[in-house]
Amino acid sequence: MSQTESEFPMMRVDFKLNGAPASVDVEPCEMLIDVLRDRLRLTGTKRSCDVQVCGACTVLVDGNPASSCTTLCADAHGREVTTIEGLAEGKRLDPVQRAFIAHGALQCGFCTPGMILAVKAMLARHGAPSEADVRHYLRGNICRCTGYVKIIEAVMDLIHNPSSYQ
Amino acid sequence: MRARKFFLHRPTDLDEAIRLKAEHGDAATFHAGGTELLVALKAHVLHYEHVIDLKQIEALKGVRLRDDGTISIGSLSTHDRIANDPIIRESLPGYAALSEHVANIRVRIAGTLGGVLCFAEPHADAPTLLCALDAWVVLLGPDGEREIPSRDFHLGEFTTARADDEILASIEIAPQSAGTRSAYRSFGHTERPAVGVAAVWSTDNAQRLSLWAGAISACPTRLSRAEEAAAELDGGLPAEAAWGRLRDAVRADAQAIDAHDDLHGGADYKRHLVSVLAERAIKACLP
Repeated sequence: MSQTESEFPMMRVDFKLNGAPASVDVEPCEMLIDVLRDRLRLTGTKRSCDVQVCGACTVLVDGNPASSCTTLCADAHGREVTTIEGLAEGKRLDPVQRAFIAHGALQCGFCTPGMILAVKAMLARHGAPSEADVRHYLRGNICRCTGYVKIIEAVMDLIHNPSSYQ
Repeated sequence: MRARKFFLHRPTDLDEAIRLKAEHGDAATFHAGGTELLVALKAHVLHYEHVIDLKQIEALKGVRLRDDGTISIGSLSTHDRIANDPIIRESLPGYAALSEHVANIRVRIAGTLGGVLCFAEPHADAPTLLCALDAWVVLLGPDGEREIPSRDFHLGEFTTARADDEILASIEIAPQSAGTRSAYRSFGHTERPAVGVAAVWSTDNAQRLSLWAGAISACPTRLSRAEEAAAELDGGLPAEAAWGRLRDAVRADAQAIDAHDDLHGGADYKRHLVSVLAERAIKACLP
């Protein structure tokens, strides 16, 4: 027996968003990116490929990088979600953001939120990765402007000279 | 595009999951990491009114060593988990390395081994090595449990031996002897492999090579001429010499594969890749 769409109940999702408690009623079929951008107005999370290949929509869920375009918002229940808006403390930018600026590691900026969050997750997990590790980890974050060289330089300099970006 | 509406069920045990599937039948699907299913739902290639999320079921999680040395990998294990699991890294480093190179870090963290096997997209990595390792899968359904060799699990593109109401519970790999090495090599222009080749070389008692090619055709394919040629080799041959004696057989196997031109490359190109990747995988197994 087919159900009409109005019969699909909403779900309450309670989670921590950029350090603060958040609560939203969502359709079970809603993706995290749609809730972040359209309802919570956190438009720093970008939509590009929509099939978890490009990395532009990367957010952190419990510290791990996730493609918010292909993550059910319902799966954020009880978890901690970090978007690019959650990195700076007031006007004080995160060290990863500072390194990207210092090295000109962005041009149009569309991939940058996802790229920076991927770097945050990588550094939290791997401490001091080699350049080969960095290239491997960031393989799934696509940039069409920089040619990646400046991005890799920024990340490696941040790893080798963290005090420069505090 | 946005997915059409569905009801999301979150059973916490296997009985409840199987009961939900029985209740909703063809209108329901099982769901784990979502890296395949959610993309298909968004593209409106598939639609189900009931999505049964298995992620809360503890019995499907974790990697463990059974008493007889068999490695049992819970179907909810993600590629990232497998890549970093101490048991896999110790016993099957080639499989850990494969898992570390699946797609991208987000897919490795979300995507599960059970999902890859059940979705049966031919352009995947793990099925090829699991065939070469002679792994088997454990399926649970309303009528109980059954086991199927991974070599018989994939029946075609997006088609497996799993009945629609069965849940893939675990993937089992028998203990490898001390002289066994395994390796997987792949190449592709996209995040999915155009071709992958898995080699398992055992030097205990007799030479035994298990060599499989995947992604190039609907299901992983055994390279049997090469396996037969390997059985005839003298023991202890260095990698270069061994490959020299196997090359023609591998090329003949590659020519026999049912490959087609597609976005991953022309059929001839992909058959050529089989030889290149087989050489790399075999040499990685030998001193």
